[in-house]
Amino acid sequence: MPTIVIPPLRRLLQRWGVHPDSHKYPAAGLDIEDAGLPDMLRLPLSQHVGAPAKVIVEVGERVLRGQLIASTGGKISAPLHAPTSGTIVAIDEAVVPHPAALTDVAIHLRPDGLDEWIPLKSELYPINLSEREISDRVEDAGIVGMGGASFPSAVKLSLGHRSKVTTLMLNGSECEPYLSCDDRLMQENAHAIIEGARLILKATGATRVLAGIEDNKPEAILAMKLAAKPFPEVHIVKIPSRYPMGADRQLIKMLTGIEAPADGRAADVGVLVHNVGTAYAVYRALRYGEPLTERVVTVAGGAVSAPRNLRVRLGTPMAYLFERCGGLRVPPARVVSGGPMMGIGVQNLDTPVVKGTSGVLALAAAEVGEREASACIRCGSCVEACPVGLLPLEMAARIHANALGEAEEIGLDDCLTCGACGFICPSRIPLVQYFQHAKGELASRSREQKRLDTIKELTEAKAARIEREAREKAEIHARRKAERERAQAAEAAAKAARAAEKETEA
Amino acid sequence: MLNNSPYVRKPASVSRVMLKVLAALVPAIAVYVWQFGPAILIQLALASATALVCEAAMLKLRGKPLALYLSDLSAIVTAWLIALAFPPLAPWWLVVTGTAFAIVVAKHLYGGLGQNTFNPAMVAYCVMIVAFPSLMSQWPGDLSMQAAALAEHAQVFPDGPAMVLDAITSATPLDALRTGLRAAGATVSSVSADPASFGQVAGRGWEWIALAYLAGGLFLIQQRVITWHIPASFIAALSVIAGAFWLADSTHYASPLFHLAAGGSMLGAFFIFTDPVSACTTPRGKLIYAAAAALLVYLIRVFGAYPDGVAFATLLMNILVPLIDMKTQPPVFGHKN
Repeated sequence: MPTIVIPPLRRLLQRWGVHPDSHKYPAAGLDIEDAGLPDMLRLPLSQHVGAPAKVIVEVGERVLRGQLIASTGGKISAPLHAPTSGTIVAIDEAVVPHPAALTDVAIHLRPDGLDEWIPLKSELYPINLSEREISDRVEDAGIVGMGGASFPSAVKLSLGHRSKVTTLMLNGSECEPYLSCDDRLMQENAHAIIEGARLILKATGATRVLAGIEDNKPEAILAMKLAAKPFPEVHIVKIPSRYPMGADRQLIKMLTGIEAPADGRAADVGVLVHNVGTAYAVYRALRYGEPLTERVVTVAGGAVSAPRNLRVRLGTPMAYLFERCGGLRVPPARVVSGGPMMGIGVQNLDTPVVKGTSGVLALAAAEVGEREASACIRCGSCVEACPVGLLPLEMAARIHANALGEAEEIGLDDCLTCGACGFICPSRIPLVQYFQHAKGELASRSREQKRLDTIKELTEAKAARIEREAREKAEIHARRKAERERAQAAEAAAKAARAAEKETEA
Repeated sequence: MLNNSPYVRKPASVSRVMLKVLAALVPAIAVYVWQFGPAILIQLALASATALVCEAAMLKLRGKPLALYLSDLSAIVTAWLIALAFPPLAPWWLVVTGTAFAIVVAKHLYGGLGQNTFNPAMVAYCVMIVAFPSLMSQWPGDLSMQAAALAEHAQVFPDGPAMVLDAITSATPLDALRTGLRAAGATVSSVSADPASFGQVAGRGWEWIALAYLAGGLFLIQQRVITWHIPASFIAALSVIAGAFWLADSTHYASPLFHLAAGGSMLGAFFIFTDPVSACTTPRGKLIYAAAAALLVYLIRVFGAYPDGVAFATLLMNILVPLIDMKTQPPVFGHKN
């Protein structure tokens, strides 16, 4: 395994990003523990990007762990499996991690405590499976991007195959503060992750694996290097710790120096990025036949008594996890599902863990440090921090003046809403909210415009059709008239001829 | 609001930024006192008090939260810059009027913190030097320190003996050089041989203060309050321009080192041109902004009628900031084709 090192010049030239306090300890220093079973699991049907899954069980039915309870809802979708054995008690609205605190349909499962699996089909050497088979099994296991994006993994695999991917990038950056679930997973299950990566490699037809891990996780780097030793196609690369290193295009740029075009996909430059947690899930699914029923979640934050990484069944409420970690020391100022930079604020502690939940955080008032926003002093910190090279202060000023079009012109569409600008702003201006608001507003405007365009098109088409029909009618009419006239003329001529004949006869 | 990510923030605030700027000015103030006596402290106090009163009054009139904006220290920074840019022997009302004009007109009438197109401290300087050119040109000269200090104290207050003024003031080295060079046969070396105004490389005493500004400025860069772009570009451009003239005719044009150490060069490079509100924010924009400012400073100093060009150069460049910023937007990720 030849060592790949990021050239110092590349590090120097890429100066974007921020350095939040990592707050990874004590959780990062402790083994992953099993969270156990709560009284009730609530499984939203939309735990992934794309169409919601379709329920195939009925209320009152007993299910086993790993049993399919909701099937794929479309081309881009993912199925859902029972995280433990128990009874379906309801299929009803429930709180979900949603930016606007909306509810969603969820399957409510009461565990029976037996945790009985369906018969599993294990595979001793999954690497010998065909590309098609690997991709199908990943799809059947309901695996989605475990880093938080939750894009159905199988779709990404087939996408990779179409776009001639040469490099599989494993994202082990875990750049969000507080989170250490990927770190622990890499330390404890490096072999499984490397095996999973090799399976994905085979499914996509790529030729090498580049695993990027931030240099604040030396133990994880060491474990991964050891596990990757036998495989010349797998490279573990140390990358600088900074936020948002885990954004896929930023990771690609740091690891390869290639800048993926803004109007295309990462696959267009021959790279496919998967999270280390996804590689682990892929390994479990192919080696042991286990569908995705649990994930590692970091439970942390200043309000949590004993922060820790837990192996959590999907659907477990946040309140249960806080209890499991010694309860809350102080009333939290803010509870977050996901990381503190891009996560979703939640109000209801019944909010369940879903496939993309990497962290469950209860932040104390001192950590949140919320204060009134003051005026922008144009210090330019946000310009330096922006990983895409935007001018957040100028965009915010335009959005503030309701000139959304101008904000779009200077790059609003390219904004990742990563929050680096909002993190660093000394005036504490809610920049991300400005951009999210403007993006939403522009999207609804363009939807409206599209609707108007469609109406216009239909109206024009109708008018054209009426005109065409009228013209055709007129043509037919004219033709008939001409025929009639011709016939009359011929008749008249014949009459005249007959009359002339008569005359000559007489 | 529920979803207001990021949920953690850097413990940065405007008041912290401003406090660091004030701290960075302290060494220069200390050297100032050492070289020219404690009169500057009175000017600093006068300017600060005026700034706070005006700021509070304007905030009240505009219906803005008093505590939030008064505690951000931005008015104090403006006040200190005014006090340091004005002659220490100027009568008390000069600095008070200048500060009041800066806060009321240049800052709040333009929309308050963050909205002012022009650097308030430099607006104050320009207005005052246009209105009271002679008062704004009285700088402490000879260095019999105690005498000067005593006289300064007397001068700051209105009924101090007026005749002392002429005895203790002199032109700034920049002024002295320009006027001196008008005499037939005068050269840079003959003019700057006068120990009353000139020291090792530039103005006597002033060169040490310039060094202290440099030290404070480096602290600001280290603290990431300012970036290296503006000071580096300004210093490089001023050196190149002054160097070109000096190489062409060193008898009539002072050396680059003189220009860097004289007048407001160092104060400008690290504290004036770097004022975030009125300067460019894009990295390339900062480079262009500071280099153009250096050119203006040199032209006004050498060919203009005012003792120094920093203030006018700042205001002229402030006008161009929106244009430069828009033309120098950094390349957006993934759009390099």
